[in-house]
Amino acid sequence: MTDSDSPFLVVRALERRFGAVVALREVSFTVERGEVVLLLGPNGAGKSTLLRCIAGLARPTRGGVTVAQQDVHRDANARSHLGLLSHHAFLYEDLTARENLRFAAQLHGLDSVAERVEVALADARLTSRADSRVFGFSRGMMQRLAIARATLHQPPLLLLDEPFTSLDVAASGELRERVRGERDAGRAVLCVTHEPGELWEVTTRVIVLRSGAIVTDEPRPDDLQAFRARYDALVAE
Amino acid sequence: MSIFRMAWVIAAKDLRIEYRSRTALHTATLFAVLVLLIVVFARDGGTVSLATLGPSVLWITIALASLVTLNRAFMLEREHSALDGILLAPISRSALFLGKWLANLVFVLVVLTITFPLWILFYGVAVTPALLLVAGVALLATVGVTAIGTLFSAIAVRTRHAELMLPVLMLPFLLPPVYFAAQATVRLLGGRPLDELLGWLRFLLLYDIAFAMLAAMLFPVVVDE
Repeated sequence: MTDSDSPFLVVRALERRFGAVVALREVSFTVERGEVVLLLGPNGAGKSTLLRCIAGLARPTRGGVTVAQQDVHRDANARSHLGLLSHHAFLYEDLTARENLRFAAQLHGLDSVAERVEVALADARLTSRADSRVFGFSRGMMQRLAIARATLHQPPLLLLDEPFTSLDVAASGELRERVRGERDAGRAVLCVTHEPGELWEVTTRVIVLRSGAIVTDEPRPDDLQAFRARYDALVAE
Repeated sequence: MSIFRMAWVIAAKDLRIEYRSRTALHTATLFAVLVLLIVVFARDGGTVSLATLGPSVLWITIALASLVTLNRAFMLEREHSALDGILLAPISRSALFLGKWLANLVFVLVVLTITFPLWILFYGVAVTPALLLVAGVALLATVGVTAIGTLFSAIAVRTRHAELMLPVLMLPFLLPPVYFAAQATVRLLGGRPLDELLGWLRFLLLYDIAFAMLAAMLFPVVVDE
């Protein structure tokens, strides 16, 4: 099997325990480039823990995660293929928007840092506030900057952890278009959410977790309402 | 990019943030001045001379002011979970440790630079070339203290009561360098022969090497969940 034949993200028999509590049980799936996968489940199902394991922020108790055939927990380079956008912005309030992006670019070892940062600021419509400290930013500006930070290195796999939390209608629409753009550019998106409707139109696959285990992994059904009814049955204890 | 280049990127970011806010610097310096003054007023002037107390007070002050500074090291990574942003980057955990250690070393040395002349002033320490050697001892002690402090502040920040946790974790580990440095300072200010000093400097060097290695080895385990 060549690199191009291999799934881009491989989650293999992942198990994560917190003492006696099993947060993830034998979770296995793959994601290909160009896919937008929704990861659904009730509170406490293990969605965010799974995303943190995939991002290399949490070590699994058993099993493993490879991105572009590199183990995210053993090979630091594997993380260059990942971007994570969560309800935390990963920003420093005492740095300006430009300094935050420059720091992120340097951490990723990018070349042409100044040019990339200017383009990212323009895309985020923050050029006029580039030298303002993040401290005074509104929630919407912070989120736009967080998106710019997460995608600055153009990661082939974008991980989203409830990214629509506290976004207004306009910002949600922008994020949806961004995800569509990522998919159309052949990049993969894995999104943890409680509300499948936010990204339903651009989604290609749906995975549902319950009590740390996958209960369904299927292509996105056409009918959202029918899926919602089935979802309630799937996650019922 | 090399581990040292990445460490510098992280340290430069911390220094820039501290330069803007001056939170740790102002707090630690004020704290150091207060400790120096409290001991001056609390001592029994008839039985204990300032010269006798001087070396111990200097090291107690430096140790406690370091705690205030070190507490800040990872607290600034807490806002908006910025630490996760660093851990997501394709850099080794060792680069993060080195960067944080370097920034902490600079912060503590700045506090030391401000505290040192005040200590000379308040405790009537004679200005002699021996003070340069005391400053050298301070640098030696600070290297080890900030290494272990960087590790413990990374542990403390993951707990709910980080501000309380760091002193509890750190103080037992501050005892050896405070003791070694105070002993070396007593001998330096007393004009004792170099032979008497070397043993304490060796202990300090050993502490630096041992705890810097230990901290560097344990740090990746500590920052990963």
